Amino acid sequence: MDTTAQRKPETQRPEPSGLSQSASPRLTLSGISKSFPGVRALHNVSLSLYPGQVTALIGENGAGKSTLVKIMTGIYQPDSGEIGIDGQATALPSAHAAFGHGITAIHQETVLFDDLSVAENIFLGHAPRTRFGTIDWRTMRKNAREVLETMRAGHIDADARLKDLGIANKHLVAVARAMSIDARIVIMDEPTAALSMKEIEELFLLIEFLKSEGKAVLFISHKFDEIYRIADRYTVFRDGEMVGEGLLKDAGQNEIVRMMVGRNVDHIFPQREPKIGAPVLSVSGLSHPTEFDDIGFELRKGEILGFYGLVGAGRSEVMQAIAGITRTSRGAISLDGQTIAPKSAADSIEAGIVYVPEERGKQGVVIGLPIFQNVSLPSLARTSKSGVLRLAEEFSLARSYTERLDLRASSLSQDVGTLSGGNQQKVVIAKWLATAPKVIILDEPTKGIDIGSKAAVHGFMAELVAQGLSVIMVSSELPEILGMSDRVVVMREGRVAATYDNKGLDAETLVRTAAGIAA
Amino acid sequence: MKSFLKYREIWLLAGIVVLIGLISTRFPGFADPANLRQVFNDTSILMILALGQMVVILTRSIDLSMASNLCFTGMVVAMLNAAHPAIPIPVLIVIALLVGLVLGAINGFLVWRLNIPSIVVTLGTLTIYRGATFVVSGGAWVNADQMSPDFINFQRVAFLGLPVLSWIALLVIALFFLVMTRTQIGRSIYAIGVNPTASVYAGIDVGRTKFIVFCISGMIGGLAGYLWISRYVIASVEVANGYELNIIAACVIGGISIAGGIGSVGGAVLGALFLGIISNALPVINISPFWQMAISGSAIILAVVLNARGERRQGRIILRKAEAA
Repeated sequence: MDTTAQRKPETQRPEPSGLSQSASPRLTLSGISKSFPGVRALHNVSLSLYPGQVTALIGENGAGKSTLVKIMTGIYQPDSGEIGIDGQATALPSAHAAFGHGITAIHQETVLFDDLSVAENIFLGHAPRTRFGTIDWRTMRKNAREVLETMRAGHIDADARLKDLGIANKHLVAVARAMSIDARIVIMDEPTAALSMKEIEELFLLIEFLKSEGKAVLFISHKFDEIYRIADRYTVFRDGEMVGEGLLKDAGQNEIVRMMVGRNVDHIFPQREPKIGAPVLSVSGLSHPTEFDDIGFELRKGEILGFYGLVGAGRSEVMQAIAGITRTSRGAISLDGQTIAPKSAADSIEAGIVYVPEERGKQGVVIGLPIFQNVSLPSLARTSKSGVLRLAEEFSLARSYTERLDLRASSLSQDVGTLSGGNQQKVVIAKWLATAPKVIILDEPTKGIDIGSKAAVHGFMAELVAQGLSVIMVSSELPEILGMSDRVVVMREGRVAATYDNKGLDAETLVRTAAGIAA
Repeated sequence: MKSFLKYREIWLLAGIVVLIGLISTRFPGFADPANLRQVFNDTSILMILALGQMVVILTRSIDLSMASNLCFTGMVVAMLNAAHPAIPIPVLIVIALLVGLVLGAINGFLVWRLNIPSIVVTLGTLTIYRGATFVVSGGAWVNADQMSPDFINFQRVAFLGLPVLSWIALLVIALFFLVMTRTQIGRSIYAIGVNPTASVYAGIDVGRTKFIVFCISGMIGGLAGYLWISRYVIASVEVANGYELNIIAACVIGGISIAGGIGSVGGAVLGALFLGIISNALPVINISPFWQMAISGSAIILAVVLNARGERRQGRIILRKAEAA
C-alpha cells in the first residue's frame, strides 16, 4: 500500500472522508451504565467511533473515561447498555473477545513485554506457525519488518529487545501490533503523557496513518492543542455522563471547557467565615531536577489553599517534598518563620506538617492492623514511654479523633480492611490529626468515596481551619476546589501557573489556566 | 484480624492436641505430663530460633544465616570454654549474644545501607559464617571431654520442676510477646510488614527497623549457638547444617505469612512445637523418618493453604476498592 501519500503535513490535511452523515459508525456504545460499590462511574453514556476518523474523549479526572475504555476492551462488563460493531449488537465478555473484534488499546504506559523482542511483541498470541505447530520465527521476523515498514518505522530492529527502545518507539511497536491483528478500532489513552515534543509529532504522523488505513481511533488527552490538532470529532464526559458530542471544527475551546465543567450543584459545601491570620508556611524557589521548578506560595493561618492542575502537573510531588518524603535539590521552606529542611517524614511530622497521601490503599491505611493502631501509627513516639506503648493513651487518642470524624465502626479493634472506603479515609485523616499538626496537606481527600463521606470530610476540613489549622488541599475536582478553597494555586507542567483569590472565581478560568489556553 | 489470628492459632493448637492423641493410641505414655515436658524441652531451641526468624519474616525479609550463625557462635563459646574453663557460664552466654549480634548486624547493615534483598545477603552470609567457623576452628571439633562440666550441665539443672533450658525458652517467649505487643518497635515491625509505603508516610524508618530485626535474629542465633553446643556436646563445622529450613518451616506452620506483616509469637511457638512433636514421637512409634519428612512437608503446605484462604477474602475487598477509586 502507498503510505507516503497520506503523510502530508498538517496544513494539507485532507477533509476527513467520513464526516458526512452517510458514514456509518464502526463502533457504537449506547446507554452504557456502570456502577461500583458506592460509586456511579458511568450513567447512560453513548459514544460512536467512525472509520477513518479520530474521536477525542474529553473530560475531567473521574469523568469516567478510563471506565469506558475498560468496557470497550472487555475488562469491565457494563451494568446496562448496548455495544454495536458495524451495526451488529455485540457483547465483549472478555479482553479476548474485544481483541477478536479488532479493538486494541494503547496506553500511556505501554503494556508490552520488555524482555521479548519487537517481533515477539507484535505477534504474541498470533505468531505464524510451521507445519509442526512450532513458531515460525523466520516468517514472524519477516512479517514484523513488513508491518514496521508499512508504518514507516523501518528504523526499529525487529530483533531488538523492547526494553532497549524509547517510549515513542514502544508506542510504534504497540501500533504495529494493532496493525498485525488487523485492528479496526484503536484506543489511545493519553499516549502523549510521557513523550517529548518530537516524539509527539511522530505519534501524530502515526495517527494520520491509522486514519488513512480506515481505522476508527479514540484519542484521550487532557491537552487541547493536541485534540484540535489530531481529532475530527469530540465527545465530552462529565461525572460519568455524556454531555456533548460533535465535530471539532464546529466547537470552540471555550465551548468545550464549558461542557466539561458546567454541572448541577449536587453537593452543598459547608458555609465558612474564614478567619485568616498571618502566614504559617511559606515556600520559595522549591525545585526538583525533574518534577517541578521554582515553586513559591504562602499558606496562612486558618486558610484552605487549593491546588488545582492536570494530572502530572507536579502537585503531589511538591507536597511530598514539603512533607520530607522526597528530597528537593533547592528551595526554602519555612514554618512559623523558622526555616525547616525536612529529611524524612518523621522530621516534618515533628515540625508540624503532615501529608495525607492520595492513594488510600497503598500509602494510607495499614490493612491488617486494627483501627486504633492505624490512628496511633505516626504518634507512637507520643503514646509510648521509652519505647513501651501505653495502650490506654493510644486508645483514648484514637477514640477522640475517630469520634470527631463520626467514624462508623463496631469497635476500634476492628481491622481497617473491613471498613468502607469512606470510613477508611476517615481513619487516615484521624491518624494525621492525632499528630497535632499545624499544617495538614490533603492530597485528593475525597477521591473515590461516596457523597456522604465526602460531606463529612469537607465538614471536618471546615472545622479544622476554624480551629486555626492551615490546610493545603490538592484536588482535581473543580467543585471541591471552588467550594472549599480560600485561595487557589494552579500548577501547570511543574510550575505555578497562577494564584487566585476564590472570590468570583469560575471553573473555566481554572481549566484554562491548567491547560494553558489563553482566555 | 487479631481475632482471626487467634482463631488460626486455636486450630493449630487443636491440631497438636489431635496429633498427641493419635500418637497416644500407639504409645500410651506419650501424653504423660513428664513426657510432654520433655518434648517441650527438646523443642526449646527450635522455638527460640523460630521467634528470631519470625520478626525478620514479619518485615518481608528472611534470615537464612541463622543456623550458620548458631554454628559459628557455638564454636566460639565452645573454644573459649575449652581454653578458659574458669569463665562463668552467664558471661559465656553474654558473649554468645554479642557474637550473634555482630553477625546479625552485618546482615542488617547490608540490607539497610546497601539495599540488597535479604534473601541474597543471608544466602551469602550463610556460607560465609559457616566458612568462618572452619577458619576459627581450623576444622577441628570441640568434644565433650574438652568442655567444662558447668558448660554442659547449666541448661540441664532442674529448677521448679523444669530444666533451665525450658526456662530460657519461656523467658524468650515472654520477652518476645512483650516486645511484639507492647513496644514501639514491635508495632513498627508489623506496620512495615503490612504496608511499607504507608509506614514511610507515617514517619517510620523502614531501613532502620529492618536493621534492628536482623540484630534480634542474630542475637537469637548466638544464644541458640551456646544452647545447641552444650546440649549436643559437640562443636563442629557441621553443626545445625541445613537447620535454617526447619526454623522457617516452624514459622510457616505457625501461620507467619512469608509476605510479611501477619504472624504472632503464639503461632511461632506452636509451629515449632508441632515439628518437635513429630520428630520426637514418630521414631518411637516406628514410623519411618521418611514419613516424618512427608508429614512435616504436608503440614507446611496445609498451613500455607489455610493462610492463603484466610487472606483471600481480604484481597477481594481491596481489589473492589481499587476499582471504585
